[in-house]
Amino acid sequence: MKINWFKYSSPQAFYPLAGKMIPWFAVVALLFTVLGLYFSFFVAPPDYQQSEAYRVMFIHVPAAWMSMFIYVVMAAYAGMGLVFNSRLSSMMASALAPTGAMFTFLTLWTGALWGKPMWGAWWVWDARLTSELILLFLYIGFISLQAAIDEPRRAARAGAILALVGVVNIPIIYFSVQWWNTLHQGPSITLSKAPSMAASMLVAMLLMTFAFWMYAIVVALLRVRCEILERERHAEWVAQAAGDGR
Amino acid sequence: MSSLVSALRCVVMRDLTLAMRRRADVLATLFFFVIVVSLFPLGVGPDMATLRIIGPGIVWVAALLASMLALERMFAADYSDGTLEQMLLTPQPLVVLVLGKTLAHWLVSGLPLVLIAPLLGIQYGLPAQGLGVLMLSLLLGTPVLSLIGAIGAALTLGVRGGGVLVSLLVLPLTIPVLIFGAGAVDASLSGLGAQAHLSLLGAFLLGALILAPWTIGAALRISME
Repeated sequence: MKINWFKYSSPQAFYPLAGKMIPWFAVVALLFTVLGLYFSFFVAPPDYQQSEAYRVMFIHVPAAWMSMFIYVVMAAYAGMGLVFNSRLSSMMASALAPTGAMFTFLTLWTGALWGKPMWGAWWVWDARLTSELILLFLYIGFISLQAAIDEPRRAARAGAILALVGVVNIPIIYFSVQWWNTLHQGPSITLSKAPSMAASMLVAMLLMTFAFWMYAIVVALLRVRCEILERERHAEWVAQAAGDGR
Repeated sequence: MSSLVSALRCVVMRDLTLAMRRRADVLATLFFFVIVVSLFPLGVGPDMATLRIIGPGIVWVAALLASMLALERMFAADYSDGTLEQMLLTPQPLVVLVLGKTLAHWLVSGLPLVLIAPLLGIQYGLPAQGLGVLMLSLLLGTPVLSLIGAIGAALTLGVRGGGVLVSLLVLPLTIPVLIFGAGAVDASLSGLGAQAHLSLLGAFLLGALILAPWTIGAALRISME
């Protein structure tokens, strides 16, 4: 059997598929959010040092993971758009950027809320905080470059170059900032050793991460559908789809 | 090989000649740098002990801003009169031409900053040893700023609001240069020795020299198509 790998790389084929996928992912996202919040607030025990205030971590850590993960995925899509010249990849990259920026902002915001009672300051010039702030700047640069260029093809390709330069530079920025100053605690979860936290805390955190992940997919698909309609508005099938209200 | 060198020299000499015909532009960048650095003591207060601590960082941030200011001119004139299009069509590799343009840009906008920096360092009460390291760190760092900045300048060619946009794109990417540039001076003043910082700056310069011209070339092709 011959599989056509590229069938869904055409916007026309992907548009209805995305429409069908959105409700499923939305249901899963909702389910994981409810479960994750239940675990975070009622199952996970209070921390022996930080009592209840640590619970902001169940939003903070997944958001921080997603903020970095989405940037890498976005850059991969942008690079694919640049190399294979596939329009849909570029559209996915632009659709992911606002969600990534939102998670980055959420990370900084919840971090500030946690930092005030724990460190006694809303903001400190620490390595991790600073590199997260720089990540926000990179997202904003990507979004504003694409917004400033009217021609969609050039906007997509210029944005792709910027995203890829960012990917090369992020490790350098990260380590330079880390050597410059640090206060943030080290990671509690690593692949190499057992997590230094209660199992129920870990479960809650992973549930929330999946919830955020699914949410990111739902929002990106919603946004990419709008993007497809906007960029392909001269195509006949768009007129039909819009007429059908599908 | 010799044709590559002569192409490089041709581009550099052309850009330098053009820059010398419009000296006001070159001087504007330089004076912007001097004025920004001179404003800080007025804002922070003339206490010499404080100034000595913040001096290296301020000189570096001002150099960063001044190099952003000069970026707009890098390709804009050639873009508007069509020279850039001809450059893309020449048989010489675009990488060499781009490298030549970046080198000329650094000679005009980066090197003057390096040369005037010790004078500004004296205003901030830096000792002689600190002045030497400051110059050396700027000498290694400002070419990196030009190389990274050229990517942003090439991406924003002919885009509305390009001047502000290019700073928005480029400034976050130059943070490591700023950290290690200002850090080199701090380290040498505190007796730790600036060698590690200067080595890293040199590494950034080599990495940027290899990777940036290709990226600038790709960005120019995207902007010109």
